[in-house]
Amino acid sequence: MNDDRCQEMHLLIQADLDGELDPAEAARVAEHLEHCAACASLQSEMLALSARLREELPYYAAPHTLHAAVRARIASEAQPEAQRGARRSWVDHLRRPRLAEFGYFGGGFALAACLAWLLVIPRAGDFPGAVVADHIRALQPGHIMDVASSDQHTVKPWFGGRLDFTPPVKDLKSQGFALAGARLDYLAGRPVAALVYQRRQHLIDLFIWPDQGSIGLRPADGHRRGYNFIHWSQGGMVFWAVSDLNAQELGEFVRLWQAG
Amino acid sequence: MRRVVTRADPLSFEQLVLPHLNSAHNLARWLVKDSTLAEDVTQEAALRALRYFPSYHGGNVRAWFMRIVRNVAYDFLASRSGNPETSFNEGGSGEEGPQALSVPAPDDDPEAALLHSEGVQLLDRALRALPAELRECLVLRELEGLSYKEMAEVMGVPIGTIMSRLWRARQALLGRSAEGMHS
Repeated sequence: MNDDRCQEMHLLIQADLDGELDPAEAARVAEHLEHCAACASLQSEMLALSARLREELPYYAAPHTLHAAVRARIASEAQPEAQRGARRSWVDHLRRPRLAEFGYFGGGFALAACLAWLLVIPRAGDFPGAVVADHIRALQPGHIMDVASSDQHTVKPWFGGRLDFTPPVKDLKSQGFALAGARLDYLAGRPVAALVYQRRQHLIDLFIWPDQGSIGLRPADGHRRGYNFIHWSQGGMVFWAVSDLNAQELGEFVRLWQAG
Repeated sequence: MRRVVTRADPLSFEQLVLPHLNSAHNLARWLVKDSTLAEDVTQEAALRALRYFPSYHGGNVRAWFMRIVRNVAYDFLASRSGNPETSFNEGGSGEEGPQALSVPAPDDDPEAALLHSEGVQLLDRALRALPAELRECLVLRELEGLSYKEMAEVMGVPIGTIMSRLWRARQALLGRSAEGMHS
Protein backbone atom coordinates (compact mmCIF):
# COMPACT_ATOMS: atom_id res chain seq x y z
CA MET A 1 0.00 0.00 0.00
CA ASN A 2 2.86 2.40 0.52
CA ASP A 3 3.36 4.89 -2.28
CA ASP A 4 7.06 4.31 -2.91
CA ARG A 5 6.42 0.63 -3.35
CA CYS A 6 3.59 1.40 -5.79
CA GLN A 7 5.76 3.86 -7.69
CA GLU A 8 8.35 1.18 -8.07
CA MET A 9 5.66 -1.29 -9.11
CA HIS A 10 4.23 0.81 -11.93
CA LEU A 11 6.78 -0.07 -14.59
CA LEU A 12 6.70 -3.69 -13.44
CA ILE A 13 2.93 -3.81 -13.78
CA GLN A 14 3.30 -2.39 -17.25
CA ALA A 15 6.09 -4.83 -18.14
CA ASP A 16 3.89 -7.64 -16.86
CA LEU A 17 1.04 -6.76 -19.16
CA ASP A 18 3.50 -6.32 -22.00
CA GLY A 19 4.64 -9.89 -21.38
CA GLU A 20 8.16 -8.82 -20.49
CA LEU A 21 8.46 -10.38 -17.01
CA ASP A 22 9.69 -13.80 -16.08
CA PRO A 23 7.32 -15.88 -13.94
CA ALA A 24 9.05 -14.98 -10.67
CA GLU A 25 8.79 -11.24 -11.31
CA ALA A 26 5.24 -11.66 -12.53
CA ALA A 27 4.38 -13.49 -9.34
CA ARG A 28 5.80 -10.58 -7.35
CA VAL A 29 3.56 -8.19 -9.27
CA ALA A 30 0.55 -10.45 -8.77
CA GLU A 31 1.22 -10.56 -5.05
CA HIS A 32 1.38 -6.79 -4.87
CA LEU A 33 -1.84 -6.46 -6.85
CA GLU A 34 -3.62 -8.73 -4.43
CA HIS A 35 -2.96 -6.33 -1.62
CA CYS A 36 -3.09 -3.00 -3.41
CA ALA A 37 -6.42 -1.92 -4.82
CA ALA A 38 -4.94 1.22 -6.41
CA CYS A 39 -2.38 -0.72 -8.41
CA ALA A 40 -4.92 -3.39 -9.29
CA SER A 41 -7.26 -0.82 -10.73
CA LEU A 42 -4.36 0.82 -12.55
CA GLN A 43 -3.55 -2.55 -14.06
CA SER A 44 -7.09 -3.14 -15.20
CA GLU A 45 -7.26 0.33 -16.73
CA MET A 46 -4.06 -0.28 -18.63
CA LEU A 47 -5.24 -3.70 -19.79
CA ALA A 48 -8.47 -2.20 -21.03
CA LEU A 49 -6.55 0.54 -22.84
CA SER A 50 -4.28 -2.05 -24.38
CA ALA A 51 -7.22 -4.10 -25.62
CA ARG A 52 -8.91 -1.02 -27.04
CA LEU A 53 -5.79 0.14 -28.88
CA ARG A 54 -5.35 -3.26 -30.45
CA GLU A 55 -8.96 -3.83 -31.35
CA GLU A 56 -10.28 -0.41 -32.23
CA LEU A 57 -7.46 1.42 -33.92
CA PRO A 58 -7.05 1.01 -37.67
CA TYR A 59 -4.14 -1.05 -38.87
CA TYR A 60 -2.80 0.56 -42.01
CA ALA A 61 -1.59 -2.35 -44.10
CA ALA A 62 0.27 -1.33 -47.24
CA PRO A 63 -2.16 -0.99 -50.17
CA HIS A 64 -1.72 -3.48 -53.03
CA THR A 65 -0.58 -0.68 -55.28
CA LEU A 66 2.22 0.13 -52.85
CA HIS A 67 3.33 -3.51 -52.67
CA ALA A 68 3.48 -3.54 -56.48
CA ALA A 69 5.26 -0.21 -56.69
CA VAL A 70 7.92 -1.22 -54.19
CA ARG A 71 8.57 -4.50 -55.98
CA ALA A 72 8.85 -2.69 -59.30
CA ARG A 73 11.31 -0.15 -57.87
CA ILE A 74 13.42 -2.88 -56.32
CA ALA A 75 13.49 -4.83 -59.55
CA SER A 76 14.62 -1.76 -61.48
CA GLU A 77 17.27 -0.92 -58.87
CA ALA A 78 18.63 -4.44 -59.09
CA GLN A 79 18.92 -4.38 -62.89
CA PRO A 80 22.22 -2.47 -63.33
CA GLU A 81 23.73 -4.59 -60.56
CA ALA A 82 22.90 -7.73 -62.51
CA GLN A 83 24.54 -6.35 -65.63
CA ARG A 84 27.72 -5.44 -63.76
CA GLY A 85 27.80 -8.92 -62.30
CA ALA A 86 27.53 -10.43 -65.76
CA ARG A 87 30.63 -8.56 -66.90
CA ARG A 88 32.78 -9.32 -63.89
CA SER A 89 32.69 -13.02 -63.25
CA TRP A 90 35.06 -12.82 -60.25
CA VAL A 91 32.24 -11.10 -58.43
CA ASP A 92 30.54 -14.48 -58.38
CA HIS A 93 33.31 -15.88 -56.25
CA LEU A 94 33.01 -13.03 -53.84
CA ARG A 95 29.33 -13.43 -53.68
CA ARG A 96 29.03 -17.10 -53.05
CA PRO A 97 30.19 -16.93 -49.44
CA ARG A 98 27.88 -14.00 -48.89
CA LEU A 99 25.01 -16.09 -50.11
CA ALA A 100 25.87 -18.70 -47.54
CA GLU A 101 26.08 -15.94 -45.00
CA PHE A 102 22.57 -14.80 -45.75
CA GLY A 103 21.34 -18.34 -45.45
CA TYR A 104 23.09 -18.63 -42.14
CA PHE A 105 21.64 -15.43 -40.79
CA GLY A 106 18.24 -16.33 -42.14
CA GLY A 107 18.47 -19.56 -40.21
CA GLY A 108 19.72 -17.75 -37.15
CA PHE A 109 16.78 -15.43 -37.37
CA ALA A 110 14.37 -18.34 -37.61
CA LEU A 111 16.05 -19.97 -34.63
CA ALA A 112 15.85 -16.74 -32.65
CA ALA A 113 12.18 -16.50 -33.51
CA CYS A 114 11.64 -20.06 -32.26
CA LEU A 115 13.51 -19.34 -29.05
CA ALA A 116 11.49 -16.20 -28.55
CA TRP A 117 8.36 -18.25 -29.06
CA LEU A 118 9.49 -20.75 -26.44
CA LEU A 119 10.98 -18.43 -23.88
CA VAL A 120 9.27 -15.12 -23.97
CA ILE A 121 6.17 -14.65 -21.92
CA PRO A 122 3.37 -13.88 -24.36
CA ARG A 123 2.74 -10.32 -25.42
CA ALA A 124 -0.28 -8.33 -24.43
CA GLY A 125 -1.57 -8.78 -27.96
CA ASP A 126 -1.72 -12.49 -27.41
CA PHE A 127 -4.57 -13.11 -25.03
CA PRO A 128 -4.46 -16.93 -25.28
CA GLY A 129 -0.76 -16.67 -24.49
CA ALA A 130 -1.58 -14.58 -21.43
CA VAL A 131 -4.08 -17.17 -20.20
CA VAL A 132 -1.58 -19.97 -20.74
CA ALA A 133 1.11 -17.94 -18.96
CA ASP A 134 -1.27 -17.54 -16.07
CA HIS A 135 -1.83 -21.28 -15.98
CA ILE A 136 1.92 -21.92 -16.01
CA ARG A 137 2.43 -19.39 -13.24
CA ALA A 138 -0.23 -21.13 -11.18
CA LEU A 139 1.55 -24.44 -11.60
CA GLN A 140 4.40 -23.16 -9.45
CA PRO A 141 4.42 -24.84 -6.05
CA GLY A 142 1.79 -23.52 -3.71
CA HIS A 143 0.03 -21.43 -6.36
CA ILE A 144 -2.44 -23.72 -7.99
CA MET A 145 -5.14 -23.78 -5.34
CA ASP A 146 -6.45 -21.46 -2.67
CA VAL A 147 -8.98 -24.06 -1.61
CA ALA A 148 -8.33 -27.76 -2.08
CA SER A 149 -11.57 -29.61 -2.24
CA SER A 150 -13.20 -32.13 -4.48
CA ASP A 151 -16.61 -31.08 -3.20
CA GLN A 152 -18.39 -28.58 -5.42
CA HIS A 153 -20.54 -27.62 -2.45
CA THR A 154 -17.41 -26.47 -0.66
CA VAL A 155 -15.85 -24.75 -3.64
CA LYS A 156 -18.85 -22.76 -4.80
CA PRO A 157 -19.54 -21.02 -1.48
CA TRP A 158 -15.83 -20.38 -1.10
CA PHE A 159 -16.05 -17.97 -4.02
CA GLY A 160 -18.93 -16.12 -2.36
CA GLY A 161 -17.66 -12.80 -1.03
CA ARG A 162 -14.42 -13.16 -2.96
CA LEU A 163 -15.90 -12.40 -6.37
CA ASP A 164 -18.62 -10.10 -7.63
CA PHE A 165 -20.14 -13.00 -9.56
CA THR A 166 -20.97 -16.61 -8.82
CA PRO A 167 -19.10 -19.01 -11.05
CA PRO A 168 -20.78 -22.29 -11.87
CA VAL A 169 -18.95 -25.21 -10.27
CA LYS A 170 -19.24 -28.80 -11.45
CA ASP A 171 -17.51 -31.99 -10.48
CA LEU A 172 -16.90 -34.35 -13.37
CA LYS A 173 -15.25 -37.06 -11.30
CA SER A 174 -17.45 -39.86 -12.59
CA GLN A 175 -16.41 -38.92 -16.13
CA GLY A 176 -12.73 -38.94 -15.24
CA PHE A 177 -12.15 -35.25 -14.52
CA ALA A 178 -12.06 -34.82 -10.77
CA LEU A 179 -12.50 -31.40 -9.25
CA ALA A 180 -9.38 -30.76 -7.20
CA GLY A 181 -9.90 -27.24 -5.94
CA ALA A 182 -10.08 -23.60 -6.88
CA ARG A 183 -8.36 -20.27 -6.57
CA LEU A 184 -8.83 -16.61 -7.32
CA ASP A 185 -6.89 -15.23 -10.24
CA TYR A 186 -6.45 -12.09 -12.30
CA LEU A 187 -7.12 -12.11 -16.02
CA ALA A 188 -8.33 -9.58 -18.52
CA GLY A 189 -7.91 -6.96 -15.85
CA ARG A 190 -10.38 -8.45 -13.43
CA PRO A 191 -10.57 -11.08 -10.71
CA VAL A 192 -11.66 -14.40 -12.15
CA ALA A 193 -12.52 -17.81 -10.77
CA ALA A 194 -10.12 -20.63 -11.55
CA LEU A 195 -11.36 -24.17 -11.04
CA VAL A 196 -8.73 -26.86 -10.98
CA TYR A 197 -9.46 -30.32 -12.33
CA GLN A 198 -7.30 -33.37 -12.45
CA ARG A 199 -7.02 -35.98 -15.19
CA ARG A 200 -4.40 -38.60 -14.34
CA GLN A 201 -1.27 -36.53 -13.63
CA HIS A 202 -2.54 -33.56 -15.65
CA LEU A 203 -4.10 -30.45 -14.18
CA ILE A 204 -6.72 -28.42 -15.99
CA ASP A 205 -7.34 -24.78 -15.14
CA LEU A 206 -10.84 -23.60 -15.95
CA PHE A 207 -10.97 -19.81 -15.79
CA ILE A 208 -14.43 -18.30 -15.50
CA TRP A 209 -15.62 -14.71 -15.52
CA PRO A 210 -18.75 -12.85 -16.61
CA ASP A 211 -19.03 -12.35 -20.34
CA GLN A 212 -19.29 -8.62 -20.94
CA GLY A 213 -18.37 -8.85 -24.57
CA SER A 214 -15.58 -6.43 -23.86
CA ILE A 215 -12.81 -8.57 -25.25
CA GLY A 216 -14.80 -9.89 -28.16
CA LEU A 217 -13.80 -13.51 -27.70
CA ARG A 218 -14.90 -15.93 -30.32
CA PRO A 219 -15.17 -19.64 -29.49
CA ALA A 220 -11.88 -21.23 -30.38
CA ASP A 221 -9.16 -23.57 -29.34
CA GLY A 222 -5.45 -23.63 -29.86
CA HIS A 223 -2.15 -24.13 -28.14
CA ARG A 224 0.68 -22.04 -26.75
CA ARG A 225 4.02 -23.20 -25.44
CA GLY A 226 2.91 -26.82 -25.27
CA TYR A 227 -0.37 -26.12 -23.50
CA ASN A 228 -3.77 -26.57 -25.10
CA PHE A 229 -6.62 -24.21 -24.52
CA ILE A 230 -10.29 -24.03 -25.43
CA HIS A 231 -12.51 -21.09 -24.72
CA TRP A 232 -16.21 -20.57 -25.06
CA SER A 233 -19.14 -18.58 -23.69
CA GLN A 234 -22.05 -20.13 -21.89
CA GLY A 235 -24.77 -18.80 -19.64
CA GLY A 236 -23.35 -15.29 -19.59
CA MET A 237 -19.87 -16.47 -18.59
CA VAL A 238 -16.57 -16.74 -20.44
CA PHE A 239 -14.71 -20.02 -19.96
CA TRP A 240 -11.07 -20.77 -20.69
CA ALA A 241 -9.81 -24.30 -20.16
CA VAL A 242 -6.00 -24.61 -20.20
CA SER A 243 -3.94 -27.75 -19.69
CA ASP A 244 -0.99 -29.80 -20.82
CA LEU A 245 -3.56 -32.52 -21.41
CA ASN A 246 -3.87 -33.53 -25.06
CA ALA A 247 -6.32 -31.56 -27.17
CA GLN A 248 -8.70 -34.47 -27.59
CA GLU A 249 -9.20 -35.12 -23.89
CA LEU A 250 -9.36 -31.42 -23.15
CA GLY A 251 -12.09 -31.23 -25.80
CA GLU A 252 -13.90 -34.06 -24.05
CA PHE A 253 -13.62 -32.20 -20.76
CA VAL A 254 -15.15 -29.11 -22.36
CA ARG A 255 -18.01 -31.08 -23.96
CA LEU A 256 -18.80 -32.72 -20.62
CA TRP A 257 -18.68 -29.36 -18.90
CA GLN A 258 -20.97 -27.74 -21.46
CA ALA A 259 -23.44 -30.61 -21.30
CA GLY A 260 -23.32 -31.32 -17.57
CA MET B 1 24.28 -19.96 -62.75
CA ARG B 2 25.43 -16.41 -63.13
CA ARG B 3 21.88 -15.22 -63.39
CA VAL B 4 21.02 -16.92 -60.11
CA VAL B 5 24.00 -15.48 -58.31
CA THR B 6 23.64 -11.93 -59.55
CA ARG B 7 19.98 -11.91 -58.65
CA ALA B 8 20.64 -13.42 -55.26
CA ASP B 9 20.77 -10.19 -53.27
CA PRO B 10 17.45 -8.76 -54.42
CA LEU B 11 15.85 -12.16 -53.89
CA SER B 12 17.11 -12.37 -50.33
CA PHE B 13 16.00 -8.84 -49.77
CA GLU B 14 12.54 -9.61 -51.08
CA GLN B 15 12.27 -12.69 -48.94
CA LEU B 16 13.54 -11.10 -45.74
CA VAL B 17 12.41 -7.51 -45.86
CA LEU B 18 9.31 -7.26 -48.02
CA PRO B 19 7.16 -9.46 -45.76
CA HIS B 20 7.36 -6.53 -43.34
CA LEU B 21 6.02 -3.96 -45.76
CA ASN B 22 2.64 -3.86 -43.99
CA SER B 23 4.32 -3.16 -40.67
CA ALA B 24 6.46 -0.52 -42.34
CA HIS B 25 3.46 1.22 -43.85
CA ASN B 26 1.47 1.04 -40.62
CA LEU B 27 4.28 2.67 -38.66
CA ALA B 28 4.83 5.29 -41.36
CA ARG B 29 1.11 6.03 -41.51
CA TRP B 30 0.85 6.57 -37.77
CA LEU B 31 4.00 8.67 -37.70
CA VAL B 32 3.31 11.03 -40.59
CA LYS B 33 -0.50 10.91 -40.26
CA ASP B 34 -1.07 11.26 -43.99
CA SER B 35 -1.88 8.46 -46.40
CA THR B 36 0.04 9.76 -49.43
CA LEU B 37 3.07 10.72 -47.41
CA ALA B 38 3.02 7.35 -45.65
CA GLU B 39 3.29 5.57 -48.99
CA ASP B 40 6.20 7.80 -50.01
CA VAL B 41 7.94 7.10 -46.71
CA THR B 42 7.41 3.36 -47.07
CA GLN B 43 8.72 3.33 -50.60
CA GLU B 44 11.74 5.45 -49.76
CA ALA B 45 12.46 3.25 -46.74
CA ALA B 46 12.30 0.11 -48.88
CA LEU B 47 14.80 1.61 -51.30
CA ARG B 48 17.10 2.72 -48.52
CA ALA B 49 16.84 -0.72 -46.97
CA LEU B 50 17.82 -2.24 -50.31
CA ARG B 51 20.89 -0.01 -50.43
CA TYR B 52 21.85 -0.79 -46.82
CA PHE B 53 21.05 -4.46 -47.19
CA PRO B 54 24.68 -5.50 -47.85
CA SER B 55 25.52 -4.12 -44.42
CA TYR B 56 22.70 -6.03 -42.73
CA HIS B 57 24.48 -8.69 -40.71
CA GLY B 58 21.69 -10.82 -39.38
CA GLY B 59 19.60 -10.13 -36.33
CA ASN B 60 16.00 -9.09 -36.27
CA VAL B 61 15.26 -8.02 -39.82
CA ARG B 62 11.89 -6.50 -38.97
CA ALA B 63 13.42 -4.24 -36.30
CA TRP B 64 16.23 -3.37 -38.72
CA PHE B 65 13.75 -2.39 -41.45
CA MET B 66 11.41 -0.57 -39.06
CA ARG B 67 14.33 1.51 -37.84
CA ILE B 68 14.93 2.65 -41.40
CA VAL B 69 11.22 3.40 -41.84
CA ARG B 70 11.25 5.42 -38.66
CA ASN B 71 14.30 7.40 -39.72
CA VAL B 72 12.81 8.17 -43.12
CA ALA B 73 9.53 9.21 -41.50
CA TYR B 74 11.32 11.54 -39.09
CA ASP B 75 13.30 13.02 -41.99
CA PHE B 76 10.03 13.74 -43.79
CA LEU B 77 8.51 15.23 -40.67
CA ALA B 78 11.56 17.41 -40.08
CA SER B 79 11.60 18.71 -43.63
CA ARG B 80 7.89 19.36 -43.39
CA SER B 81 8.08 21.32 -40.16
CA GLY B 82 10.87 23.38 -41.70
CA ASN B 83 8.57 24.32 -44.54
CA PRO B 84 5.35 25.90 -43.30
CA GLU B 85 3.95 26.20 -46.81
CA THR B 86 3.31 22.50 -47.17
CA SER B 87 -0.29 21.42 -47.16
CA PHE B 88 0.20 19.06 -44.24
CA ASN B 89 -0.98 20.89 -41.21
CA GLU B 90 -1.44 18.25 -38.60
CA GLY B 91 1.34 19.18 -36.29
CA GLY B 92 4.31 17.31 -37.66
CA SER B 93 6.69 15.88 -35.13
CA GLY B 94 6.34 19.17 -33.24
CA GLU B 95 6.51 17.90 -29.70
CA GLU B 96 6.88 21.45 -28.48
CA GLY B 97 4.41 22.94 -30.93
CA PRO B 98 0.93 23.87 -29.78
CA GLN B 99 -0.52 21.35 -32.28
CA ALA B 100 0.77 18.44 -30.27
CA LEU B 101 -1.32 19.51 -27.33
CA SER B 102 -4.58 20.15 -29.12
CA VAL B 103 -6.84 17.49 -30.52
CA PRO B 104 -6.47 17.51 -34.29
CA ALA B 105 -9.57 17.57 -36.41
CA PRO B 106 -10.42 14.25 -38.02
CA ASP B 107 -8.99 14.20 -41.54
CA ASP B 108 -11.10 13.26 -44.48
CA ASP B 109 -9.33 9.99 -45.20
CA PRO B 110 -11.52 7.17 -46.40
CA GLU B 111 -10.16 5.26 -43.41
CA ALA B 112 -11.64 7.84 -41.08
CA ALA B 113 -15.09 6.76 -42.20
CA LEU B 114 -14.39 3.39 -40.66
CA LEU B 115 -14.03 4.89 -37.24
CA HIS B 116 -17.74 5.05 -36.68
CA SER B 117 -18.04 4.87 -32.95
CA GLU B 118 -17.37 8.00 -31.02
CA GLY B 119 -15.15 6.21 -28.52
CA VAL B 120 -13.00 4.88 -31.30
CA GLN B 121 -12.64 8.35 -32.75
CA LEU B 122 -11.65 9.77 -29.38
CA LEU B 123 -9.03 7.09 -28.95
CA ASP B 124 -7.76 7.60 -32.48
CA ARG B 125 -7.50 11.34 -32.00
CA ALA B 126 -5.86 11.02 -28.62
CA LEU B 127 -3.18 8.77 -30.09
CA ARG B 128 -2.65 11.07 -33.04
CA ALA B 129 -2.31 14.03 -30.70
CA LEU B 130 0.52 12.38 -28.76
CA PRO B 131 4.08 13.47 -29.52
CA ALA B 132 5.50 11.23 -32.24
CA GLU B 133 7.98 9.61 -29.85
CA LEU B 134 5.21 8.47 -27.55
CA ARG B 135 2.84 7.59 -30.38
CA GLU B 136 5.35 5.32 -32.05
CA CYS B 137 5.84 3.43 -28.78
CA LEU B 138 2.20 2.48 -28.67
CA VAL B 139 2.05 1.64 -32.36
CA LEU B 140 5.11 -0.61 -32.13
CA ARG B 141 3.94 -2.28 -28.93
CA GLU B 142 0.19 -2.59 -29.35
CA LEU B 143 -0.28 -2.73 -33.10
CA GLU B 144 2.96 -4.39 -34.17
CA GLY B 145 3.52 -6.48 -31.05
CA LEU B 146 7.21 -5.67 -30.78
CA SER B 147 9.07 -6.56 -27.61
CA TYR B 148 10.86 -3.89 -25.58
CA LYS B 149 14.15 -5.13 -27.00
CA GLU B 150 12.92 -4.82 -30.57
CA MET B 151 11.48 -1.39 -29.83
CA ALA B 152 14.81 -0.30 -28.38
CA GLU B 153 16.43 -1.45 -31.61
CA VAL B 154 13.94 0.42 -33.78
CA MET B 155 14.07 3.63 -31.80
CA GLY B 156 17.76 3.49 -30.94
CA VAL B 157 17.26 4.13 -27.23
CA PRO B 158 17.79 1.98 -24.11
CA ILE B 159 15.00 -0.31 -22.90
CA GLY B 160 14.54 1.89 -19.83
CA THR B 161 13.63 4.78 -22.10
CA ILE B 162 11.15 2.56 -23.94
CA MET B 163 9.50 1.66 -20.66
CA SER B 164 9.17 5.24 -19.48
CA ARG B 165 7.92 6.48 -22.87
CA LEU B 166 5.34 3.71 -23.01
CA TRP B 167 4.27 4.61 -19.51
CA ARG B 168 3.91 8.28 -20.37
CA ALA B 169 2.04 7.45 -23.55
CA ARG B 170 -0.41 5.20 -21.76
CA GLN B 171 -0.98 7.57 -18.89
CA ALA B 172 -1.59 10.37 -21.37
CA LEU B 173 -4.18 8.29 -23.18
CA LEU B 174 -5.84 7.15 -19.99
CA GLY B 175 -6.23 10.77 -19.02
CA ARG B 176 -6.99 12.13 -22.43
CA SER B 177 -9.47 9.57 -23.63
CA ALA B 178 -11.10 9.19 -20.25
CA GLU B 179 -14.57 9.79 -21.69
CA GLY B 180 -14.19 6.79 -23.89
CA MET B 181 -12.37 4.54 -21.48
CA HIS B 182 -15.03 3.68 -18.98
CA SER B 183 -17.94 2.99 -21.23
